[in-house]
Amino acid sequence: MPKTLLDVDGLTVRFEVKRGSGWGKKSYLYAVDDISFEVKQGETLSIVGESGSGKTTAALAVARLVPAHSGTVMLDDGNVLEKQGEDLRQTRQKVQFIFQDPYSSLNPRKRADSIVREPLDNLSEKSEDEKTTIVAELFEAVGLRPEQMKLFPHQFSGGQRQRIGIARALATQPELIICDEPVSALDVAVQAQILNLLRKLQREYNLTYLFISHDLGVVQHMSDAIAVMYMGKIVEHADRISLFTSPRHPYTQALLSAVPTVDRTQRAKQKRILIPGDPPDPINLPKGCRFANRCPIAEAQCSQTEPELKDVGQGHKVACHLV
Amino acid sequence: MIAFIKRYEGLWLFTRSPAAIIAAIVAFFSIFGAIFAPLIASVNPYDLASFSLMDGLLPPVWEDYGNPKFLLGTDDQGRDMVSSILYGARLSLIIGISAMTIATVLGVGLGLAAGYYGGRFDMIVMRIADIQLALPAILTALLIDGIARGILPTEVQQDLRVAVLTLAIALSLWVNFARTARASTFVQMQKEYVQAAIIMGQRPIRVMFVHILPNILGPLLVIMTVDLASAILLEATLSFLGIGLPADSPSLGTLIRIGMQFMLSGEWWILWIPTVFLVALVISINILGDFLRDVFNPRLR
Repeated sequence: MPKTLLDVDGLTVRFEVKRGSGWGKKSYLYAVDDISFEVKQGETLSIVGESGSGKTTAALAVARLVPAHSGTVMLDDGNVLEKQGEDLRQTRQKVQFIFQDPYSSLNPRKRADSIVREPLDNLSEKSEDEKTTIVAELFEAVGLRPEQMKLFPHQFSGGQRQRIGIARALATQPELIICDEPVSALDVAVQAQILNLLRKLQREYNLTYLFISHDLGVVQHMSDAIAVMYMGKIVEHADRISLFTSPRHPYTQALLSAVPTVDRTQRAKQKRILIPGDPPDPINLPKGCRFANRCPIAEAQCSQTEPELKDVGQGHKVACHLV
Repeated sequence: MIAFIKRYEGLWLFTRSPAAIIAAIVAFFSIFGAIFAPLIASVNPYDLASFSLMDGLLPPVWEDYGNPKFLLGTDDQGRDMVSSILYGARLSLIIGISAMTIATVLGVGLGLAAGYYGGRFDMIVMRIADIQLALPAILTALLIDGIARGILPTEVQQDLRVAVLTLAIALSLWVNFARTARASTFVQMQKEYVQAAIIMGQRPIRVMFVHILPNILGPLLVIMTVDLASAILLEATLSFLGIGLPADSPSLGTLIRIGMQFMLSGEWWILWIPTVFLVALVISINILGDFLRDVFNPRLR
């Protein structure tokens, strides 16, 4: 049994919202509302959900790029959320980030090799020669040619830029890499290359991924466990096989039914579950279950009390009254 | 590479813009003349022994009684106008460029930090900037000049005239830089490379100056040129009003003030020649600034 590397407990991120004249009382938008999950060493946890579900905000909060309101993020027995200043800077060695948009995540005025080298310059004590060797190795590991080291980001294609981003994330030999929709800005053929590269690197370096995505096909390919988020809450959390074969939460079922299949017979068998309406206003959330107004099987109690995330067997957790 | 293409494209655009070419030539000769004033000028207008009252009020050479020794004539003290203007432009440019530099450093530093940290710090800096904007530049300069006169002992006041003037001008110009830097920083903060830099363990100062600053230089360069022109004008205005530089070390503004006395008495050149020179210098710097703005902003082409 691999040990738990990242243990997030009760993480809440809220943003102040100004409405009206600004003199009224402050209201808050809870982008991430009391979520808990853990990631085991060497495994991949994916967080999926629609736009605005809070998955990216959760990732940013774990990386301390967005201030969390409450909760704990334990990494190697240290609470990342409590670290400040130099201590926090040193922790960044262990947690790196692969960004969504390879076109804006590389500084347009720096050459590829200095982009990859930068984390080493900031966070390691290695000699200049060692750093140069590491950068060369990283270029090879992510499948870039050595002669491309002196080029500027705009001279690369999207997939190559994402490779630079991956090399940069690997430079300090982190334990945890947070991938925030790393392939959603790439075209499908390149997506597969990058995903395979991520998996290869995971095996080689024993990396742990926190993988954020809205693409269930990608998630199925990548993850060991999956957490489904809706309106800032985790509604279902299970290992990959359990979630894909027997989804319990109606929202997850609807999501899975929307994954297109190539197989004709499969397609005929599958019934698309449609979820009508829009997500509720994130500032004035309804009292009960946040999914109740769109849920095909909602009952009276659903709009009265909020369901807890509870274990329904073999670590499969669901937040629904009706399971 | 982008920078290279931009520069190349900028040069190409330059050859197609006659206004920019003329402006560049005017600015080049003014600045060249100002830098090498001691070599070019026939007399030193600061040195009372180098000119004679006997040569006073001579008209330019093409007028009757013109003296070929004094191409553009002399003023009432017998100072050669060419030399006065070169030395005056030298002083004006020194003050203008140093004021602009101080304003740039102060404004860009504060603007970057305000954009980066946001929140309360941003609010304080921007409110101070608003207050600064509400005070006319001349009033700010008068205020600082008054304070300097009040607190500095009389002996050093003369020596520090240039410094006080520079500071006064810089303080009334920094707001432009702060606002532009802040707004551009906000735009850059949305880009993921800034977050990437933080994740990579960059210290805030380095994120600001190594990552963000190079990416917001374009608009700042434009403001630098335009504000250089404003700084020169402001210095001329203050000197014209008599709170700038004294008559024995004349800047362009001081020369114009001296010329005012002769405006209606027939010795037109004492007023007009420095004025035309100042206007030409400021207009050409402004045209170059506009040109730079067009180069950096393809939509305006």
